[in-house]
Amino acid sequence: MDFQIALLLGQDGLTNGAIYALLALALVLVFAVTRVIFIPQGEFVAYGALTLATLQAGKLPATLWLVVVLGAAVAAIDGARALRHGSARRLPRILALNLAAPLALWLLLAGVDPAGLPLAAQVLLALAIVVPLGPMIYRLAYQPIAEAPVLILLIVSIAVHLVLTGLGLLFFGAEGTRTPAFTEGALDLGFTSLQYQTLWILLISAALIVGLYAFFGRSIYGKALRATALNRTGARLMGISTTLAGKLSFTLAALIGAFSGVLISPITTLYYDSGFLIGLKGFVGAIIGGLVSYPVAAAGALLVGFLEAYSSFWASAYKEVIVFTLIIPVLLWRSLGARHTEEEE
Amino acid sequence: MKQKRLIAALLFALPAAALADITVGVTVSATGPAASLGIPEKNTFALVPQTIAGQKLRVVLLDDASDTTTAVKNAKKFVAEEKVDVIIGSTVTPASLAMIDVAAEAETPMISMAAGRAIVDPVDARRRWVYKTPQNDAQMSTAITEHMSDNGVKRVAYIGFSDAYGEGWANEFAGVAKARKIEVVASERFNRADTSVTGQVLKIIAAKPDAVLIGGSGTPAALPQKALKERSYKGLIYQTHGVANADFLRVCGKDCEGTFLPAGPVLVADQLPADNPVKKSAQDYVQKYEAAHGKGSVSTFGAHAWDAYRLLEAAVPAALKKAQPGTREFRAALRDALEGIKELPVAHGVFNMSATDHLGFDQRARVMVKIEGGAWKLVK
Repeated sequence: MDFQIALLLGQDGLTNGAIYALLALALVLVFAVTRVIFIPQGEFVAYGALTLATLQAGKLPATLWLVVVLGAAVAAIDGARALRHGSARRLPRILALNLAAPLALWLLLAGVDPAGLPLAAQVLLALAIVVPLGPMIYRLAYQPIAEAPVLILLIVSIAVHLVLTGLGLLFFGAEGTRTPAFTEGALDLGFTSLQYQTLWILLISAALIVGLYAFFGRSIYGKALRATALNRTGARLMGISTTLAGKLSFTLAALIGAFSGVLISPITTLYYDSGFLIGLKGFVGAIIGGLVSYPVAAAGALLVGFLEAYSSFWASAYKEVIVFTLIIPVLLWRSLGARHTEEEE
Repeated sequence: MKQKRLIAALLFALPAAALADITVGVTVSATGPAASLGIPEKNTFALVPQTIAGQKLRVVLLDDASDTTTAVKNAKKFVAEEKVDVIIGSTVTPASLAMIDVAAEAETPMISMAAGRAIVDPVDARRRWVYKTPQNDAQMSTAITEHMSDNGVKRVAYIGFSDAYGEGWANEFAGVAKARKIEVVASERFNRADTSVTGQVLKIIAAKPDAVLIGGSGTPAALPQKALKERSYKGLIYQTHGVANADFLRVCGKDCEGTFLPAGPVLVADQLPADNPVKKSAQDYVQKYEAAHGKGSVSTFGAHAWDAYRLLEAAVPAALKKAQPGTREFRAALRDALEGIKELPVAHGVFNMSATDHLGFDQRARVMVKIEGGAWKLVK
């Protein structure tokens, strides 16, 4: 292994690590706020990428129907509740968000030929379709059992993951797709060349991380999320809606997931089920951060990326084994280092 | 009273009708990792004629999700509940291997659509009942090594799936390469779901091979090829017949120009010379499939399912002379009739079954194909 190869592998590890880091952050966020181990995180990666690819093929993505159907279900449940509690004035807002918005999106897509749009518009459309799935899934699957123990939330996560993977096969078929790069070509640095798409991934990941940092530090919603993460009951007493916090964290998780998918689909082929493994590697990163620390989770995810790149060179047959074995010493270290507390149930 | 008589008549009629039908239990992997193979197979069974030799054909189709346990469960269900005359399936080798015991115990013929040689070889007391339609990996890998030595390739690097398919090819290829004095200079693995193979590709390029063989199936096999081109690898690239569908061409695009692969003749049915015995039967399948699913939709995997049906079509008339469908005797007669099939041209080749060969394909079952201008071109 000479310097050149080490450099190329490092670049590869950094690119993948940046995506894992984004997913790890989303996982930590969702877990901290709602105590849900969000296994379907990876599905948003696949849905984002495949929805974009379908749009670029000039077809209506089937995820659009999913949004319309889930939106209708949410509107029916929330609307019925609002009526029962005699607060009919909340009705217009519920209907507008869950029923009118997806239908408007459908009308918009039916009116234009998505294949002819510029890439940025296609990306925005794909995100507009996939991201609302996050809060809707929270409303339907998790909100009714928001106070349940972590284990039950985890079981529900697995169920949601299996449903989304199955729907993915139905929507997009078994074969994968690639999308064109944001900017074609590569930057020649003399000793190595850097693909522009790789630069995009690194830049956008960094921007997203900084954006999240600012969001949590400065905005009132970000502070509300942090408060909920620290102490749910306390936050509720202070008038912070835990439901809103849950929906907000799922929206962010869906956004990060779908956008990661859009970012990596030009450099790799994505399938309806590739999200799971990508999400799992983000999860290893998040575990290194103990599912609480954002910086350690991001660093852990980068470590996973590098480990993967270098082990694919040295021992490609054992790559996954090496990456996932990493979790054992980390768990040992965490369980030895941290004071052991039973979760209150 | 009238109503009662009607019910009695119906009750009488139902079992009689069921007895005369030939029941086929099909299990395919329409979901899960092998879905891209299983879906065209499932589509193909929708095109199968309703009758064979005047007998109504009842097809019971189940999905096994590429899972061995489910495939065995399906096979048991076919035998116990549906009382099938023949089992067809499954799509993948591990599932097919596990189904052998069920078929042999129930003395029911089974036709697998998976490639593994171990499914039918050696033909022993259990495998007497088992046949398969796809070519052995060995037949395909000898086609590759032949082409390699004709083109002066001495050093080959291999990169394949880290599963049964990639491992099977690695072993098969290492064996036949040795016989042709071709050196395997690197043997790497990657996962179907991997997002990057940079590490493996760098190692391969560092080994300076004359050619690279990629042992993967479907669109995931495009990933190493794209990575090789990105690192401006200039040598020959070979793929296996596992990539022979239109989606692979779509995903791989211009990076796959000039790639060689062995494949069943059905892939290039229209380009076969007129005197090729396979041409007519292959074209026949392509036309039927594309009429139902659109131009360019045909894949070689669905053709394995079609060939399984063609075997039945050829064997059933002989078996019907000996016994009625639904009986033990009929299943035994069907097994014997399958073994007696000679010179039957199908979509993938010409079947010549015998007591020791339950695949029955010779070199007419494979051709070398080159990817040119985003299409498959027969290499003469």
